[in-house]
Amino acid sequence: MPTIDDRSQSVSGSLTSGTNRKWIDSVYIGAITTMSLALMTLVLAIGCALLWQSMPAIKALGPGFVTGHEWDDATGKYGSAAFLSGTLYSSGIAILVSVPISICSAIFLAELAPKWIRLPITFLIELLAAIPSVVYGLWGIFVLIPLLRDKVMTPALASSTIGKTPILKSLLTGAGYGPSMLAAGLLLAIMITPFITAICRDILLAIPTMQRDAAAGLGTTQAETILKVVLPSAAPGLIGAVMLGFGRAFGETMAVTMVIGNMTPNTPDGRSVALFDPGYTIASAMANKFTEATPGIATAALIELGLVLFVTSMLINFFARSLVRLAARRIAA
Amino acid sequence: MQTTPCVTVQNVSFWYGSNQALFDINMTIPQHAVTAFIGPSGCGKSTFLRCLNRMNDRIDGSKMTGKIELSGQDIRDRSVSVEALRRTVGMVFQKPVPFPMSIYDNVAFGPRTHQLARGRALDELVEKCLIDAALWDEVKDKLKSSAMALSGGQQQRLCIARTLSVSPDVILMDEPCSALDPNSTHRIEELITRLKNEYTVIIVTHNLQQAKRISDMTGFFLRGELVEFGSSETVFGTPARKETDDYINGRFG
Repeated sequence: MPTIDDRSQSVSGSLTSGTNRKWIDSVYIGAITTMSLALMTLVLAIGCALLWQSMPAIKALGPGFVTGHEWDDATGKYGSAAFLSGTLYSSGIAILVSVPISICSAIFLAELAPKWIRLPITFLIELLAAIPSVVYGLWGIFVLIPLLRDKVMTPALASSTIGKTPILKSLLTGAGYGPSMLAAGLLLAIMITPFITAICRDILLAIPTMQRDAAAGLGTTQAETILKVVLPSAAPGLIGAVMLGFGRAFGETMAVTMVIGNMTPNTPDGRSVALFDPGYTIASAMANKFTEATPGIATAALIELGLVLFVTSMLINFFARSLVRLAARRIAA
Repeated sequence: MQTTPCVTVQNVSFWYGSNQALFDINMTIPQHAVTAFIGPSGCGKSTFLRCLNRMNDRIDGSKMTGKIELSGQDIRDRSVSVEALRRTVGMVFQKPVPFPMSIYDNVAFGPRTHQLARGRALDELVEKCLIDAALWDEVKDKLKSSAMALSGGQQQRLCIARTLSVSPDVILMDEPCSALDPNSTHRIEELITRLKNEYTVIIVTHNLQQAKRISDMTGFFLRGELVEFGSSETVFGTPARKETDDYINGRFG
């Protein structure tokens, strides 16, 4: 029979015996911190390297690089504006086309589709998201471009109705020989749709079933439940998914370079909304011009182009995050 | 007890896939009274409750046979719209499930969906439901703030207000207090006792004391069968079946 003293000793023993496991904790936390710091250092290092290597161009060209739209090795004029607007335009088209399709597909997969069909379709969509972009590019060259040229551009350019309709007449016009802003935008839309769909589906599935039951219990129809309860709850996540898709379209290089035509629009400011005209994006410009760039200012200017892309995607990301946080705050307390 | 039948249940059996969960249930639930279902976990009492507003229709591969009548109308008749049924037979769930929107919008959700009221009338309806659910005094100054910030007990009363907002005849409650503290439980029990003046309340509970305190009728379920159904006084005082006696005296379950 232990005395009271014995017992109190055994209690204090059990309180202190765990301390020899503490080093595992330190190693664990140390490893995790190091890894995450490595990631942040990498992002910082990329930024610094871009900044450092584009220094000659920054010094020589100044802010004219951001506002200018000409790119000419002969005259030494380098400006990123035309490429940047081409990037924003092609990604914008992609998002406009892709978002309705993606969100509707995600709703179908998460809410409406019969069980047996969900898995195969989800699998196919995830497969689509994994196709290398060069394959999309080849499909664009051999299938999408001829199709657009023969069935869309040629009839549209011949149509007198479109020629008289405001807005449409400035959109549905241009050279019309195939490689174009339209081809790039549509191809990007096709590429990011499976990606956005897959994420949106996961987000919808994460909304608790209880929410749907509670709405159904009030006598709402399935459509009302989806529109008034599920989608508002999912809104922050869905916005995030769309922004991720935008980010992918924004930086996509290979497929875009293969179908966009790689020419700055022949307008005074290097910008054009004509969908049938060829265009140029920052990524495709870098890919095209790098092999021929002479060392010195031409190379530095190309790297500065990379810096512009880097900073712009950061800004977009930041904007997206604020948007998500705003939407989340409206919902949570 | 002088009663009018509200819900009549005839030979109801229910399957989840090939798994039979309810066996030949028969009962008559009186109007404007509190009816409680008790029984051990997995005995089918919640499944049965969810048959009453056809919530089980939402479960793939489920099947029900038999007949359930609400004021003489077969609830599974072709002419019955399930949305109208669920409006008439409201439901409060085990966990409070407020929608992620403001307190006001939570209560206004049903009336807006069914276009019952708008403007001033909607404001008054929301206020009345919150008063009836004994929540008004606590939230009247913060109707526009998020319902997610309320305590669990407040959220559950909000869900009751939301259920009342579409003016049901019957209110089903699936263990509405199981996630709440004793004080909130007490308030909800008081509320249920008051609600029976206007509504027929059917409640599933694990808490035998609660069933005894608030219910007029009690049904004891065991392994998918309705072992005993009668006035709570009888079921808790002089149960007819040995299983009931064993259960309410804590000898199993």
